[in-house]
Amino acid sequence: MKDVSLLNIPDDFRYAEDHEWAGLEGDNVVIGINDYAQDQLGDIVFVELPKIGSSFNKGDEFGTVESVKAVSELYMPVGGEIIEVNSALEGTPELVNKDPYKEGWMIKVKPHDTAEFNLLMTKDAYLEILKG
Amino acid sequence: MRYLPHTDEDISSMLKTIGVKKVDDLFKTVPDDCRHTEPLNLPKPLTEWELNGLFDTLSGDMAVSPEYKVFMGAGSYDHYIPEAVKYLLGRSEFSTSYTPYQPEISQGTLQAVFEYQTLAARLLGMEVANASLYDGASALAEALLMAIRITRRSRIALSMIIHPFYRRVVKTYFEPTDYEVVELPCLGNGRTDLSSIEGMNDLAAVAVQSPNFFGCVEDLKSAGETAHNNTALFITAFTEPLAYGLLKSPGSLGADIACGEGQSLGIPRSFGGPGLGMFAGRMEHVRSMPGRLVGKTVDMDGKRGFVLTLATREQHIRREKATSNICTNSSLCALAAAMYMASVGGSGIRELAALNHDKSEYLKSELTKAGFEIAFQSPTFNEFTFKAPAGFSAVYKRLLDKKIVAGLPIAPFYPELQDHYLLCVTETSTRDDMDDLVREVKS
Amino acid sequence: MKEFPGSTGLSINEPLLWEKGKKGRNGFSLPRRDVEPCPLDDELTGEGPDFPDLSEIDVVRHYTRLSQWNFGVDTGMYPLGSCTMKYNPKTNERQAGTKGFAGAHPLLPETLSQGALRLMFELERFLAEITGMEAVTLQPAAGAHGEYVGMRLIYACHKNRGERRSKIIVPDTAHGTNPASASLCGYSAMPVKSNEKGILSPEAVDAVMDEDTAGIMVTNPNTIGLFEENIRKVAEIVHSKGGLVYADGANMNAVMGIVHMGRIGVDILHLNLHKTFSTPHGGGGPGSGPVCVRSHLKPFLPVPRVIEANGIYSLSEDLPESIGKVHAFYGNFGVMARAYSYIRSMGPEDLKKASQLAVLNANYIKESLRGIYHLPYDRPCMHECVFTDKVQESYGITTLDIAKRLMDYGFHPPTIYFPLVVHGALMIEPTETESKEDIDIFIEALKAIALEAKENPDLLRNAPHKCRVKRLDETTAARKPCLAG
Repeated sequence: MKDVSLLNIPDDFRYAEDHEWAGLEGDNVVIGINDYAQDQLGDIVFVELPKIGSSFNKGDEFGTVESVKAVSELYMPVGGEIIEVNSALEGTPELVNKDPYKEGWMIKVKPHDTAEFNLLMTKDAYLEILKG
Repeated sequence: MRYLPHTDEDISSMLKTIGVKKVDDLFKTVPDDCRHTEPLNLPKPLTEWELNGLFDTLSGDMAVSPEYKVFMGAGSYDHYIPEAVKYLLGRSEFSTSYTPYQPEISQGTLQAVFEYQTLAARLLGMEVANASLYDGASALAEALLMAIRITRRSRIALSMIIHPFYRRVVKTYFEPTDYEVVELPCLGNGRTDLSSIEGMNDLAAVAVQSPNFFGCVEDLKSAGETAHNNTALFITAFTEPLAYGLLKSPGSLGADIACGEGQSLGIPRSFGGPGLGMFAGRMEHVRSMPGRLVGKTVDMDGKRGFVLTLATREQHIRREKATSNICTNSSLCALAAAMYMASVGGSGIRELAALNHDKSEYLKSELTKAGFEIAFQSPTFNEFTFKAPAGFSAVYKRLLDKKIVAGLPIAPFYPELQDHYLLCVTETSTRDDMDDLVREVKS
Repeated sequence: MKEFPGSTGLSINEPLLWEKGKKGRNGFSLPRRDVEPCPLDDELTGEGPDFPDLSEIDVVRHYTRLSQWNFGVDTGMYPLGSCTMKYNPKTNERQAGTKGFAGAHPLLPETLSQGALRLMFELERFLAEITGMEAVTLQPAAGAHGEYVGMRLIYACHKNRGERRSKIIVPDTAHGTNPASASLCGYSAMPVKSNEKGILSPEAVDAVMDEDTAGIMVTNPNTIGLFEENIRKVAEIVHSKGGLVYADGANMNAVMGIVHMGRIGVDILHLNLHKTFSTPHGGGGPGSGPVCVRSHLKPFLPVPRVIEANGIYSLSEDLPESIGKVHAFYGNFGVMARAYSYIRSMGPEDLKKASQLAVLNANYIKESLRGIYHLPYDRPCMHECVFTDKVQESYGITTLDIAKRLMDYGFHPPTIYFPLVVHGALMIEPTETESKEDIDIFIEALKAIALEAKENPDLLRNAPHKCRVKRLDETTAARKPCLAG
């Protein structure tokens, strides 16, 4: 597994303690899991995503991600309505490993409250947590 | 004792390595007040030869063919099992291994289970079969729970002509839940009456058994359409899978889940167990399926091999969120079924199934000629229900003395069907056996 | 230097069943047709399944070859922790296979099935005596099925008192089947951590036990191979709040004739006949998971019950509080017959001796490998010992590599990465039927592997080398499942 210094944690996203990333796209928020999470999980074999139109609060479970011998829950970094999901992950879940921030994105959310986004951690704050 | 290889010398040398004086010292973490105070009160050990005698006596008490003519099915069927199947199943590389967690040294079990899954799926006309569940009853309970998971609904409709014991197992599983069972009644022709579900749009599943407990072949096509028209999943149960050697498969008639007992496929009846819980469904639902699954893959050199897969559904990974709590299943019985299906073959299974059907029809017609009434007019496979004249129970008892078991009285399960008996004829019954039965019941 | 048993062996290639055979072949002696054909309605009949047509020798060679790709207890030492892979006596097969038992229909009139009923009645008595419990049901078909019955009994007992509780305590060392079985009964599992000694502390249980908690599921000896010394105290705490104590008997092989489960406060206990009582594991089943209870839970046991009066055995449904049926018939009778055969062969002294030797073997391995592999809990163990890969980690070697390399030496690997609370666990359960010589070679093999880890780690990373296949691509198998051919 990668050392913290080797992780790709881009500046232009915000991060949650459960290792999700969130990025702004206009008024919407795009969400996925970060490089640390995909590295810890190993080869991802299945991603379960919510239905478009469903609504969750911050911290709610919105799906799961599976490797061969582990399952991890995915939690909403911000509350909101699901307006798009990355359907490519259905057939090619390995995109989450290969490109967690671009092709491996998971959901697009119309947030209930944009203030929740601003409360998420910046890269530096998140890295501090990883270094523990 | 021949199973315990340790000599006194071994024991003392091992104790020395461990650094204790006597074996009891190894148990010092067991507090005194947790212990047996007396030696176990069990019978003294028997030699292998004494044991043979004891088992010959015990098992000698049992009424079995060929001495007895047992015309009884009802979820447990008498079929010939090729000696080759028994012999191969005794290969201890299969029988003394466990769940193939380490695929590199378990390819025998893994390929054999993959083949079982394939043959089971083909027999049932389904896309995917699992590696087995305990028995037909728990397979049905698991199928209903799976339908509830998939649809996120909590009501199911269950035909009352599903094996009564299976329905009782379902009742046990459902008791601590909020799930509800709607019972579907029986039509006069011995098939399930599905009219009551019209307009019910909150059903997770509709479950029928075919051939059903009365022996009647259900109209699965129309039952499936009714289920689907009401947005429910369609579950077909079975107790006699050999029927699908002749009948259209559940999958070809719209089943979303096909489940039942596979004992007929090369597994001895063994007083009701172990059997084989067969379970098959659609690929789109595979992640909601209970039980183990073997998948095909390749090794580092690109060579074909097999592994347990989609394990994240299972209890050892997903714990309380697993699709089932099952761990140990009926793997060896699944192997027996695969060996049996391979031995009988595609051409053979059709002939064998036809023979079961035709013999049963022969008995049906002979009984009709003798003045007995066949209870239901729907087509049957190798079992049917006949209505005996009042007071037949005395004849039934007399026949037991003549070593004939004239079917199963079904009034204990269906009180409205007094004097009704469920008769079963397989390839093991000869025409002479059936003629004897008819002669005896007449007199 | 002793010779290790591992070798490449004789392994013959064999295709899938449907890749061989030819239409028109047959491996089955079809019974003579002595009745006229009586065709069914075309509406109902299908084409028949697409099975290959094979001759008898095609089938026999196929499965003989497949069997040679498999490792069983009869092949060699199979120290799979928590699974009790002891020797499966051959006489048991003969006994269960007697014509009268193998051929018996389960719904025979009781007068015609006395032998089977007597066997079940006596087996229940024997299991009650061995465990120190008061009543037994043989109906559950496997361990997890027994756990489920245990949870249903707790549910029924509380319901009978007019209560419905929602939680159950499950220690973090438990098998996954425990929380999964509890969840089937609607209980949410409340995890409780074991203490630094690897066992439950009464304080931890006291902190979570309340009037909404139905009880506790405790495996004793636990999955780290340690006896739960505080079990009596734990049971008192659970009982004082109206809860029940469920013991998972997966590890009963350590304590036959030694621990009296009734006295330690256990209300319900399941056994695995395919572990403790020597019945073969069958490549994953069938098993049998009898449930033993104290007398206050007897009214809730599954029906039918086998009863005896004046030497006549019968099946009784007369148990109004029963949880009902969990199996179509009476459970896995064929497995019960094997376990009965085992108990009658062993007798009381040798059953106890079996447990003593199982514990002796495990402690001998633990002491012999001390310092070579890391021992997370350095205490006297019961029938299994747990090591980790902590020492080997510095060479970039994991538990998986060690396990795979053991195959090359001719052994089945131990259970790995379980219990979950031990990082990189290697859980070794030798059982009593391994001789000192065989255990010594196993120890030598693990020592040699530890040396290889240091000197030639790639040898381990690419292991196994001698098996029929190399490490398999499990990722693709899960991403693109191919579950039928």
